[in-house]
Amino acid sequence: MIPAAFDYYRPKGMDEVIALLQEHGDDARVMAGGHSLIPMMKLRMAEVPHLIDLQDIDGLSDISVDQGRITIGAMVTQHDLINHDGLTAAAPILREAALQIADPQVRYMGTVGGNVANGDPGNDMPGLMQCLDAQIHLIGPDGERTVAARDYYEAAYMTDREDDEVLVSVSMDTPQGGYAYEKQKRKIGDYATAAAAVQIVKVGGSVKSASVAMTNLSDVPVWSEAACDALVGTACDAAAVKSAVAAMLGDIDPAEDNRGPVAFKRHVAGIILTRAIERAWSRA
Amino acid sequence: MNDLTPDREERSANLKGMGCSRKRVEDARFTQGKGNYVDDIKLPGMLHGDFVRSPYAHARVVSINKDAAMALPGVVAVLTAEDLAPLNLHWMPTLAGDKQMVLADGKVLFQGQEVAFVVASDRYVAADAVELVEVEYEELPVLTDPFEALKSDVVLREDLAGQTEGAHGPRKHHNHIFTWEQGDETGTNQVLDNAEVVAEETMYYHRTHPCPLETCGSVASMDKVNGKLTLWGTFQAPHVVRTVASLLSGIEEHNIRVVSPDIGGGFGNKVGVYPGYVCSIVASIVTGKPVKWVEDRMENLMSTAFARDYWMTGKIAATKDGKITGLHCHVTADHGGFDACADPTKFPAGFMNICTGSYDIPVAYLAVDGVYTNKAPGGVSYRCSFRVTEAVYFIERMIEVLAIELDMDAAELRRINFIKKEQFPYTAALGWEYDSGDYHTAWDKALKTVDYDGLRKEQAERVEAFKRGETRKLMGVGLSFFTEIVGAGPVKNCDILGMGMFDSCEIRIHPTGSAIARLGTISQGQGHATTFAQILASEIGISADSITIEEGDTDTAPYGLGTYGSRSTPVAGAATAMAGRKIRAKAQMIAAYLLEVHDDDVEFDIDRFVVKGAPEKFKTMKEIAYAAYNQAIPGIEPGLEAVSYYDPPNMTYPFGAYVCVMDIDVDTGVPEIRRFYALDDCGTRINPMIIEGQVHGGLTEALAVALGQEIAYDKLGNVKTGTLMDFFLPTAWEVPNYETDYTVTPSPHHPIGAKGVGESPHVGGVPCFSNAVQDAFRAFGLRHTNMPHDHWRIWQAANQLGLHD
Ligand SMILES: Cc1cc2nc3c(=O)[nH]c(=O)nc-3n(C[C@H](O)[C@H](O)[C@H](O)COP(=O)(O)OP(=O)(O)OC[C@H]3O[C@@H](n4cnc5c(N)ncnc54)[C@H](O)[C@@H]3O)c2cc1C
Repeated sequence: MIPAAFDYYRPKGMDEVIALLQEHGDDARVMAGGHSLIPMMKLRMAEVPHLIDLQDIDGLSDISVDQGRITIGAMVTQHDLINHDGLTAAAPILREAALQIADPQVRYMGTVGGNVANGDPGNDMPGLMQCLDAQIHLIGPDGERTVAARDYYEAAYMTDREDDEVLVSVSMDTPQGGYAYEKQKRKIGDYATAAAAVQIVKVGGSVKSASVAMTNLSDVPVWSEAACDALVGTACDAAAVKSAVAAMLGDIDPAEDNRGPVAFKRHVAGIILTRAIERAWSRA
Repeated sequence: MNDLTPDREERSANLKGMGCSRKRVEDARFTQGKGNYVDDIKLPGMLHGDFVRSPYAHARVVSINKDAAMALPGVVAVLTAEDLAPLNLHWMPTLAGDKQMVLADGKVLFQGQEVAFVVASDRYVAADAVELVEVEYEELPVLTDPFEALKSDVVLREDLAGQTEGAHGPRKHHNHIFTWEQGDETGTNQVLDNAEVVAEETMYYHRTHPCPLETCGSVASMDKVNGKLTLWGTFQAPHVVRTVASLLSGIEEHNIRVVSPDIGGGFGNKVGVYPGYVCSIVASIVTGKPVKWVEDRMENLMSTAFARDYWMTGKIAATKDGKITGLHCHVTADHGGFDACADPTKFPAGFMNICTGSYDIPVAYLAVDGVYTNKAPGGVSYRCSFRVTEAVYFIERMIEVLAIELDMDAAELRRINFIKKEQFPYTAALGWEYDSGDYHTAWDKALKTVDYDGLRKEQAERVEAFKRGETRKLMGVGLSFFTEIVGAGPVKNCDILGMGMFDSCEIRIHPTGSAIARLGTISQGQGHATTFAQILASEIGISADSITIEEGDTDTAPYGLGTYGSRSTPVAGAATAMAGRKIRAKAQMIAAYLLEVHDDDVEFDIDRFVVKGAPEKFKTMKEIAYAAYNQAIPGIEPGLEAVSYYDPPNMTYPFGAYVCVMDIDVDTGVPEIRRFYALDDCGTRINPMIIEGQVHGGLTEALAVALGQEIAYDKLGNVKTGTLMDFFLPTAWEVPNYETDYTVTPSPHHPIGAKGVGESPHVGGVPCFSNAVQDAFRAFGLRHTNMPHDHWRIWQAANQLGLHD
């Protein structure tokens, strides 16, 4: 649990960050809250000869809720998410999910940007961002670009982001309807055995639109279009929920680990999604 | 007596003696980050050690190349078995009569085994150098299953090849360590053969780990000028470490000083001797500089002493109406690559022979087979007296299984089999003499408090509702009644490496009436500085606030066997009382002289001696202390000091009655603890607040073990639970509200009647949590399912019962 030696940088401007990333390529990494990266460095699973701390970069810690659009800066912590009244009013699912991430100490440090950028299938924010159809804003040597969260994740720790790009913010339309973030974990501070993010819009007693994303049940977050389709147009009754679950099960691919064997995870994924849909529907 | 003399009640309260919830004197420093742990020790010129560890569970070490590591600036030495061999320190004796490699001697036997010791000027350089040591391994077949190991041709311990006699008798196979038999096999088999009812079950008590918050470490400093070695370390038994270090190194014992500074939890993990301690000593001798070694969390979990790992098969015989007539138990004990169990020498399976529990069982038989596998060595008593947790889990599960077999209520089955109050002292079928107990009273109080009948009624209604499809949650009522055996122990049958398990206390009263007492034990969080001062306060009439308690420095403390197995209060606590009584006896003579009466005409009264029948004539202990040093008293030596070495006549037998109410989500396997009631009888209660704290801690570790905490290996011998992400350490979040309660049945042979409590809640708690889980499924035909009851295993039990169909 002793990391290898590294050089530490704390630049004041984004230009400098990008210059350092270009200079050192693979050997450099940005650090946000450090609560995924530092453990990896201590385990010597990540070798980072050049560590670039983003703390002193201005303008990455803002939250704005404006005209139906939410923007969250990369350096906003999970703790900030929980305590922002405007955000909670506009997108209560963010608070419900953030409260189920890690523990208070970790949440003081862990950031939205780090959680989204990390690419660990255990992170909760990626699935949540897919559920909300968020846009991910990156900046690199060629300027800014935007990628949909649903297109961002390629494999475990592999994302659409280039080595010399920095995630600056995520944005999304203010979500509509009922919501739920449901997560089963072994203990506080644990990643999900299975988690589900659900938003449902109800019109005239039936589902107008639905969004379903699952966490830690594949090497990437799983936004299940088939599960959404199974709900739309129904009265969200038991049969509809059942077919949404069946559709979701077709999209996930969990692996056995200490949390349990595949059969257990698939079963729990179904239960968790059922509960999430029921809760979201009850709030719709 | 003048008007300012406080009344007796006030004087008694000022003493802060036994029975009062005095606040812990240790906490002022611990809560302010002012503790002094091994890793806080920094000496001028100190070097840092770190281990190269084996990635394989079983492999031959073909070669070790140190060149690249030695070339790294700051690296001072890289030690291997070859370097230690000339000193004969490449192997070391274990507490169990086996020997263990300090550094890999030709092969490795478990993942994480110490292969080379890097010494460098800086902790970071040491870690970098570890990566640079090139070790070539040749993998060997791995045995992680003890039953397979006993059948396999693969010889794990080549150093023992051909040896058919081990430290504890004959070895049946090259991977077999010992067979330990207790009780009457023929008699037990006869009872089983003729019994009206026999219940049989096999259970695995999984491997886990004590995981103290502070990991293990040491700082060795060899002063080549005066020839003195000082060793600071995380030692639960500093005197034993000094003696062993002397025997191993050849340094005379007076030239070795062992210090246990503040210890951040032990729970059995810090009883044994680890390669790191030996390597830090050797490195200090070789370099002439102080050398520190502190392991990290992963090293602690994968290489230092584990606990449990017992495969237990039981047969219990009974009459049709539930009277138990006999008990048979066989254990296959997985000891890992070396037998490093920390048990008294004559007890290779600890006190597993307490497995007849709290019940009057006429005949019993126990056999334990110890086996080598490719896992880490250990087998310590994790928050219990030697293997008592295993024994109590075994009998408390067998009782439940028998209740199922008899279709009887498990609380009632216990009640009709308890040893009765009037049977104490009671000699159990496997030999132990229980000192005192009143089990029926405790049990009735527990069941009444939780409204046991109401709970069963609610549970039955829940089962019906579940069957009707109205709920997916089942309710379990977990019961356990345990008897601990602690306070090892009488020198006639308890020793460790030949050292008798007495303990000691030395008291000095200062002229102004305050005092210091030193003991052979060492607190690791138990609050000795608080409670031992309370015992003394009551014995010698000096306020606990005026008494310093010191432990852990072998240069100043009297010899003792240390702290584990709940032995501190039963043994050192008794020594403290006895030494206090010696002080009091001398004080009485001084008081009589000062009051100009005969010795027998004064009597002790809280904080003074008074003339019998004339309480206005008295001398306080303060006055007596001053006179002891400053007044010439004919026939009495100056000073007021005493020492006591206490060899207990018997063990003590704390007991308790626990009930857990749990709701289980059948679909997700998530258990929710609704209620936990713990009644403990630890005899005389010294500090109720500390007892309560000990009970909360022990129950929390019980919850951990029962519901998820394990050291798991894959088929290749890789540790799967090497970090706290996967090794379950509960937090406030997972822990329920505990309701604590008590009865008081003093130990008849202990000077103050105290029995010890630190481990009871763990011993009784594990079966209680486990029984709650299993009881939830009893109505659906579950007989037994193994711990740990984490979500997926509970789910699996439900799944196998068809509850997901
Ligand atoms: C005990 C514990 C429990 C946890 N439990 C959970 C949990 O239940 N759910 C969960 O979701 N997470 C959990 N986490 C992870 C935690 O939320 C992390 O903080 C988060 O995943 C990463 O955020 P960070 O700010 O700490 O990122 P860092 O650790 O600083 O960085 C993580 C990775 O993202 C990259 N990165 C960071 N910021 C940027 C950026 N702006 N642009 C580009 N790349 C960037 C880094 O280079 C690095 O590769 C847990 C962590 C711990 C220690």
